[in-house]
Amino acid sequence: MTDAAAHIDASKTSATTLFFRKRVTAFALPAIILAYLFYIVISFDVPGIAKRASLENAGILASDSWSYKVHVTRDNRRGGTSYAIEGERKGAYEEGTHPAWVNPTNADDVIIDLEGDYLVHFLPNNAAVFDIPEFGRIEVQLVDGIIKTNLSEPIPDWVNLSDRRITITTDAGRMSMTSSRTEVHRYFAGWELFWFTLDSPYHGHSLGTIFFGDRIDPTRRNLSGAISDFWNNGMWRHKDVAWAIGETILMAFLGTMGAAMIALPLAFFAAKKFSPFAALRFGMRRIFDFVRGVDALIWTVVLARAFGPGPLTGALAILLTDSGTFGKIFSEALENVDDKQIEGVASTGAKPLQRYRFGVIPQVVPVLLAQILYFLESNTRSATVIGAITGGGIGLMLTQAIQTQKDWEEVAYYIVLIIGVVMLMDWFSGWLRGRLIGGKDGHDAP
Amino acid sequence: MTDAALNGPSSSRVNRIQDSYMVQVRRRRMYGGLTLGIFVLLMVSGFAIADDRNAGGFWDGWRQVLDFPADVMSEAWEKRAEVPGLLVEFFPALLETINIAAASTLIGAMLGLILALLSTRGLAKWPRLIPLFRRIMDIMRAVPEIVIALVLIFILGGGPVPAMIAIAFHTAGALGKLYSEVAENADLKPVEGLGSTGATWSQRMWLGVLPQVAPNFLSYTLLRFEINIRASAILGFVGAGGIGAELRHAMSWGPGRFDEAAAIFLLLFGAIVFFDQLSSRYRNKMIEGQ
Repeated sequence: MTDAAAHIDASKTSATTLFFRKRVTAFALPAIILAYLFYIVISFDVPGIAKRASLENAGILASDSWSYKVHVTRDNRRGGTSYAIEGERKGAYEEGTHPAWVNPTNADDVIIDLEGDYLVHFLPNNAAVFDIPEFGRIEVQLVDGIIKTNLSEPIPDWVNLSDRRITITTDAGRMSMTSSRTEVHRYFAGWELFWFTLDSPYHGHSLGTIFFGDRIDPTRRNLSGAISDFWNNGMWRHKDVAWAIGETILMAFLGTMGAAMIALPLAFFAAKKFSPFAALRFGMRRIFDFVRGVDALIWTVVLARAFGPGPLTGALAILLTDSGTFGKIFSEALENVDDKQIEGVASTGAKPLQRYRFGVIPQVVPVLLAQILYFLESNTRSATVIGAITGGGIGLMLTQAIQTQKDWEEVAYYIVLIIGVVMLMDWFSGWLRGRLIGGKDGHDAP
Repeated sequence: MTDAALNGPSSSRVNRIQDSYMVQVRRRRMYGGLTLGIFVLLMVSGFAIADDRNAGGFWDGWRQVLDFPADVMSEAWEKRAEVPGLLVEFFPALLETINIAAASTLIGAMLGLILALLSTRGLAKWPRLIPLFRRIMDIMRAVPEIVIALVLIFILGGGPVPAMIAIAFHTAGALGKLYSEVAENADLKPVEGLGSTGATWSQRMWLGVLPQVAPNFLSYTLLRFEINIRASAILGFVGAGGIGAELRHAMSWGPGRFDEAAAIFLLLFGAIVFFDQLSSRYRNKMIEGQ
């Protein structure tokens, strides 16, 4: 009786301690995570971000990535008005042509219709008026390098005014005047000139006319001419973008495959089953650890000094890092091979090389292929980053486009392309894995 | 008797089988040879193109590969007295890099966990939306960190936060897929048992699924942490803070600051190897403990 009671008491206390411990861990783990995240918030100065963050930049990015603007620019020093899409030379309207919503009576007297009763009128003597519905007319004139307006206090918050510069931002468009030029931006949705630039004869023609219509440019056949003009589009640079994407994929392909080819024979030296010398094994493993530990970033920096910027440098950086990773994974796979198959092949009188070829390789190939294909996809992403550092591929184009801080539609275009290419590589490597290895779709991560 | 049998109808069948086997073997060999040929062609032409489009050629370059490390090393050796001081000086930057990696792994893992449970057959809260959550994870996985980092640097300004968000975004997608594959094999009985007591979806997941899959999840998360340290160092180089930014700074000075570069190389290498070893030890422990 007392025995049973003591027994029950003992198990009761042990159960209570167990429950207590479980309860503590259940609360301690989230508490530790929360505490760490709190530390991160403080040390990364997250509250300060709110002050530093530029909502204006976010707005520019959000609107510019899917729209374009046409600039109407008057040179305030020499006179004359020019029209250009995105203000770029390659998007400029030819002399004597202009967008349909602009009505120039002469070079210095231009009426710009921004629709919705918003109207800008450039007048001679560096003057301009801006008619704004529900507000009235703003008159601006440049006199001896100083901006004069009819605006009186309080100035609305959508007008930015100083002696040297005025910017009026409305929903329909934007007007600005400085001592050098008066400029109107009108916004339109879409990626203008994506197919053809204004200097191409195919601009403004539909796909149907290009395919089946009469010859547009008498010297060229429609289809070949259109493809050539699209390919050499100076604004969107389709040729350069295609080359850059190709370079990025090439970096990933050369790096991954080269690494696999180097790592496979070396992995035999690092696997216990195939390498009888402990010193050699140890040395090989430390070499793998070293090239892996140095990391692609340092390899890129080091190799860029010797080979200069370009895709080869990126490919070699990926190759070096991944030979370490592959060496480690492959040697682990080799240690797990089944001896029975090797013995079976040996019993037929096979020489060592034949034993490897027919006893070992068939066992490890599925594992190795799965890893190689997985890395091929992951390295396409790495190649984008490495390209941004070493100067090659789509990563470089993306960085440059972001650094200029104005071609956001191009940034959006590159981002869409990059994501598309990575998803394509993901799908392709999964498909190839399925074809080569069989079994279910899906990968074994390292 | 044996002769008769060999000359009989069965021997012709053996011959037929042998012939068709040999044809198959030859076809296999031909396909294998063809694949190998295409592969070699791709490698050689790919190398030629890469070599052609690189600023410096491979055959000139490889002789100079060791020049830069030698320069760095000799300069660091000349100023070896200062290197320990530099290691201390750059340690906070390294800590920032590691913190970016840790925080993004943590946030990414939590997001990935939710996405994974929502997109696993048998566990999902809304089974009809499984394909949607899978596509979301595919897209998150496909976005390279640098894309989000660069855009966020433009909006939020430089510093660790853009890098953290960028890495966490990608991590959520990558871990979500792996988690989902593990969770698919989880035993559903505890979930049903909890369901019969009236537990909510989150209680069923928290108490019924997580304890089963925790070791595998943790192992994948540790592996991700390792990868993310490298990613956070590399993002530092393109504008986010941390040791990468310091490395870029030291490199842009050129000779004269190579001792700093050497100290940064040393710190980064040490950190990567350290966390590599640490995580592989714990991962082995967890898998064995199962």
